[in-house]
Amino acid sequence: MEKIIVGLKRVVDYNVRIRVKSDGSGVETDGVKMSINPFDEIALEEALRIKERGEANEVIVVSIGSSDSQQQLRTGLAMGADRAVLIETNSDLDPLNAARAMLAVVEKEGADIVMLGKQAIDNDNNQTGQMLAALWGRPQATFASEVSIDGDKATVTREVDAGLETIQIALPGVITVDLRLNEPRYVKLPDIMKAKKKPLDTISVDSLGVSADDAFEITHFAPPEQRNKGIMVSDVGELVNAMKDKGLV
Amino acid sequence: MSSVLIIAEHAAGTLNPATAKCVACASDLGAESIDVVVLADNASTVANAAAELAGVTKVLTVERAENASPLAAVLAPQIAEIASGYDYVFGPSTTFGKDITPRVAALLGVNQLSDIMAVVDARTFKRPIYAGNAITTVSVKPGYKVVGTVRAASYKAVGSQSAAPVETVGTSVELPDHTTFVDVKTGASDRPDLQTAAKVVSGGRALGSEDAFSIVFGLADKLGAAVGASRAAVDAGYVPNELQVGQTGKIIAPELYMAFGISGAIQHLTGIKDAGTIVAINRDEDAPIFEIADIGLVGDLFTVIPELEALLD
Ligand SMILES: Cc1cc2nc3c(=O)[nH]c(=O)nc-3n(C[C@H](O)[C@H](O)[C@H](O)COP(=O)(O)OP(=O)(O)OC[C@H]3O[C@@H](n4cnc5c(N)ncnc54)[C@H](O)[C@@H]3O)c2cc1C
Ligand SMILES: Nc1ncnc2c1ncn2[C@@H]1O[C@H](COP(=O)(O)O)[C@@H](O)[C@H]1O
Repeated sequence: MEKIIVGLKRVVDYNVRIRVKSDGSGVETDGVKMSINPFDEIALEEALRIKERGEANEVIVVSIGSSDSQQQLRTGLAMGADRAVLIETNSDLDPLNAARAMLAVVEKEGADIVMLGKQAIDNDNNQTGQMLAALWGRPQATFASEVSIDGDKATVTREVDAGLETIQIALPGVITVDLRLNEPRYVKLPDIMKAKKKPLDTISVDSLGVSADDAFEITHFAPPEQRNKGIMVSDVGELVNAMKDKGLV
Repeated sequence: MSSVLIIAEHAAGTLNPATAKCVACASDLGAESIDVVVLADNASTVANAAAELAGVTKVLTVERAENASPLAAVLAPQIAEIASGYDYVFGPSTTFGKDITPRVAALLGVNQLSDIMAVVDARTFKRPIYAGNAITTVSVKPGYKVVGTVRAASYKAVGSQSAAPVETVGTSVELPDHTTFVDVKTGASDRPDLQTAAKVVSGGRALGSEDAFSIVFGLADKLGAAVGASRAAVDAGYVPNELQVGQTGKIIAPELYMAFGISGAIQHLTGIKDAGTIVAINRDEDAPIFEIADIGLVGDLFTVIPELEALLD
């Protein structure tokens, strides 16, 4: 197998407490720590392991976003990706158009596997991989917790509501990853230095003939309804009484 | 007037309760018709169950041998073909619906509204982002088909009606052969299903081992409750993945949720926000779970659970 493409989205770090702006116009992102979407780090780790087993030759990381996304691509290169492509745009591209932009690169590169996160933790869409697979006319194996490659086939175990489902797909295809697939490696300082020399190409989203969809408009952002702190009881007897009062036991 | 198509989820001849919640969501649209499509190798029992969901206009069945397993690449083109005549296409926000519905949306050339939690009006919806830390109101421009997944925990299942008609439909699309179903492993149990149970007893990292986790199962059995777990407990191998509650596990809305030795990370709380009463037992009085618990008790779960069981006898 030749190439694996991995999608890395730049998102607000998962440890940041998200606050909605008081005027309801959006979410506070000024000065907030940004990171690689955690699922995408797992996707990259898996791609690197496949390459390290000698089952692929090249791992390319792709991000769609503003020039700031170069930071995440550099981190991806430091983890071990061979090169990076930034598809530059100043809008937060919707999943359908992110899939279209990704497809343009996938076809140009001739990727065998596209490895994405199951969802980006900003918009929680969980769509891009499935859409890419549909537009590409290729298989999808979503929510992967185990991946094995055998020539031009991949066997993927998926975390589904019922338990663990295993499917086999003919490559090329799209795999989206779940959290238990692996634990991403830490980046070491020398790798960061080395990554600076690896190629990072930038192409504009316009050159791919892709632009943001305007079918959806977010008219308002609100904080979620808060659950109020209830009562503290001091022993199990009180706990049982409190539950009985509510008719729960 | 507008029409809605709902993708039925089913397994082993049983309709998944999430389908009834999609019908509930669709009922808020003021649409003229709500149809349910069942793709299966043998659709009759599932179709009959769907026909009895209150509000359903008719049920369409597509029976093909290839539809025996829920493979998105196989089902999506058939659904997209049928969906061309509809204004709305809804699937459940389960792993089944999340896998298939975006593929249908892409084939129809539109984006998807993921995790619809409320219908404001026929073209305006609410959905959560950032693990439920912000709720957005989204309006969809006229002229676009609305494809969405319905956040089951936000809806109550519709009741029943006398059966709507069931029609067999054929599809002409060619089906791909690049995807093969191998198997599914489920920790099948006689306990109530986590996604629909009225009571859930959950355990976290504090349980410490698979063996020790049996104390949680014991209490759950006493209460007739389903068992849930935090991601830490699943990652550590105490329980299988299908028991995980939270942002990347199951989003549930039981009447009673009891959390033992779970700290209350934001990703876990996302999964239980809609629960009726949250009871938390934690050794650490500063555990974040107490900020949202309706009833909290500071204590060691290994002494609390036996005492609780004794008092419930
Ligand atoms: C992208 C992403 C998605 C995630 N999705 C999920 C998800 O879906 N679900 C989920 O749960 N997590 C999820 N997590 C993980 C989450 O951030 C937490 O790490 C996890 O929920 C912690 O599990 P825990 O509460 O069991 O463990 P801990 O945080 O370690 O808490 C254990 C608690 O047990 C208490 N304790 C210890 N001993 C006892 C005792 N004897 N009696 C009583 N109390 C005791 C401690 O005081 C502590 O509060 C996700 C994380 C990320 C980054
Ligand atoms: N702007 C982007 N840049 C790179 N990858 C992306 C982008 N948007 C989505 N993806 C990939 O698609 C996955 C699913 O995203 P989503 O459908 O937005 O939840 C992410 O985990 C990424 O791997």
